[in-house]
Amino acid sequence: MSSSGVYSNEIHERGNKTLADAHLQEAYQSSTIRLYTHRLQAMSEVPGWERLRDRARELKREVMEHLDSYLEEFADNVARRSGKVHWAATADDACRIVLEIAKQCGAKEIVKAKSMVGEEIELNPALEAQGIHPYETDLGEFIIQLAGERPAHIVAPAMHLTRHDVSDLFATHIQSERTDVPERLTAIARQVLRERFARAEMGMSGANFLVADTGTVVLIENEGNIRLCTTAPRVHVVVVGIEKLIPRFADLGVFLRLLGRSGTGQSLTSYTSLLTGPRRPGEDGPDEMHVVLVDNGRVNALADPKMREALFCIRCGACLNACPVYRKIGGHAYGWVYSGPIGALITPQFTGIGKARELPFASSLCGACRDVCPVKINIPDLLLYLRGRAQEEAPAPRPKGALLREKTMMRLWAWAMSRPWAYQIGGRMARWGQGILARSGWIRKVPMYPASRWTEARDLPALARKSFHDRWKQIS
Amino acid sequence: MTKLRVALFVTCLGDQFFPQVGECVVKVLRRLNAEVTFNPAQTCCGQPAFNTGYRDEARVVAAKVLNLFDDADYVVAPSGSCTSMVRVFYPELFLDDPDRLRKCRQLQARFFEFSEFLVNVLKIEDVGAAFPHRVTYHDSCHLLSELHIEQQPRTLLRNVRGIDFVEMQGYKVCCGFGGTFAVKFPEVSAAMGQDKLRLASETHAEYLVANDSGCLMHLAGMIHRQGLPLKTMHLAEVLAQE
Repeated sequence: MSSSGVYSNEIHERGNKTLADAHLQEAYQSSTIRLYTHRLQAMSEVPGWERLRDRARELKREVMEHLDSYLEEFADNVARRSGKVHWAATADDACRIVLEIAKQCGAKEIVKAKSMVGEEIELNPALEAQGIHPYETDLGEFIIQLAGERPAHIVAPAMHLTRHDVSDLFATHIQSERTDVPERLTAIARQVLRERFARAEMGMSGANFLVADTGTVVLIENEGNIRLCTTAPRVHVVVVGIEKLIPRFADLGVFLRLLGRSGTGQSLTSYTSLLTGPRRPGEDGPDEMHVVLVDNGRVNALADPKMREALFCIRCGACLNACPVYRKIGGHAYGWVYSGPIGALITPQFTGIGKARELPFASSLCGACRDVCPVKINIPDLLLYLRGRAQEEAPAPRPKGALLREKTMMRLWAWAMSRPWAYQIGGRMARWGQGILARSGWIRKVPMYPASRWTEARDLPALARKSFHDRWKQIS
Repeated sequence: MTKLRVALFVTCLGDQFFPQVGECVVKVLRRLNAEVTFNPAQTCCGQPAFNTGYRDEARVVAAKVLNLFDDADYVVAPSGSCTSMVRVFYPELFLDDPDRLRKCRQLQARFFEFSEFLVNVLKIEDVGAAFPHRVTYHDSCHLLSELHIEQQPRTLLRNVRGIDFVEMQGYKVCCGFGGTFAVKFPEVSAAMGQDKLRLASETHAEYLVANDSGCLMHLAGMIHRQGLPLKTMHLAEVLAQE
């Protein structure tokens, strides 16, 4: 499992591997159902839940419609509080900026809080290439850093690993005793991390929200590692996507009520940090605070009035927990950083449709994701839209067992379906043709695509001897 | 009182694979004193192309549907999927064509899924059916998630004489059909279907009932491949039983 590059178009093979692994199936099934259940419980405690969702969606729309002015307002307020703002158009820009800051403060070791954007820009390899050691401090990220893997879930990066897997990883990489007691494993990680927090010259975090009217960076967590990363080292660097803005401090309540409950079923996480600039005289905290605002494809998504909605996402992970497809194929099948329904939307947007053209099709469009999204992103609708874009901009090669390209098949299909006489003749020909294949009303195997793919997994009923069109003559 | 003129949209899957579903819809509607018409020029709503990202091809087929039912008071389809296509997605196809968009709106106002039509329009919850068997019900995703039709099928089933209606345990979840998803991701589709069949089997129902031929084809196909004792049936077929 490598942690760079985009492998989204390999979703079929990767997904099938996960399907065949009973171990992984159990891990994903139990974890997602547990989080889904916790969310249901938590939302039932909030009588105005639907109004909160509507409000959050409205607020995010407001931000996206005026992102440029909110970004400027945020940047001005950060500077007013002695923070430094940096603008990164691409992943490379963002890495370069972080490296520059690290060089300036002489940082050889960096403690990192969990950041999906950090994964997106492939920051760790860029740091390591310059002899700087980035240490993940979120327990799940700590674990997958040892495994050399990407996160398997937006909120729970090591969801796919059991405590036995973790014990093996710890034994191999940090020479700790083998144990399958979760408290012991956590204590082992804590000891390693404690030393790193104390030594690191620089701490890096993402951000859950950026408040435009105060210049505040908002971070939520359960472990306390974010507190340590953002306050113990001398320099704090925030790497964050530009879409994380919210307009006003007064709006924060709406989002905080939605995020914990949607993601893990918690009314609030253990720690909520509101960081506005570096420490002021007499305070504890970092001397320097930098905010690296990352575009990396977000402005392109913004420019598309349809896809703009995907930027409302507050990264709660609820859509992953609700998705029956994610539950089966797991996070790594999506081949990049973001998985599940939101991953299927933003991966093509951020990496280019060609690199991830298969993702929008990896959905039965069941709508479970839309039902749980705290900002009411109409995910199935956006997936359908991306399917159209994929067929236009990155058409698929001819499927296995197909005589024609998919586009050609669809053209023929549309031609026949818009001519009742052709439709009828097609039906008669199919009835004639199925004679050799059908046994007692069922067909076991069809050599030609797409029916061939159907019969891989199930039998196909034979066409009825008389269609309803034929029968109507008797019953009309 | 003049009879209601109800046009049947039988659906392409229904027409070719499950004509008995269309016949049952006709039977029930006639029992309820509606005049049922069938325009033989109908073929498909266009969803297979739309679902796969081929909007132009979907539009060609959908445009034909706009002109099929001008004479009918209502159009009824035994399918949440096709009904969603017309009521939710058709406008997107005709946004740039004001004439077609107008016809589209006129069609949408009259187009109903079968159980929705019975309960919401005809205000009938008991169609006089009898079916003394244990039955469980699967909510197809378009019906549930796009059209929010959840209670109507259950109300109709519960009023069937002799029926033993049992809900599946656990959360409502997709069966894995998903239209072209079933052939693009057959392994995942089958794994999801397997979960659904397990939940259905655990109810010890004889029959698994749903409102969509796509879901039923997928589940019945898996049942037949594995030789399971469960039987599938469309809601219309249950309601036509006497």
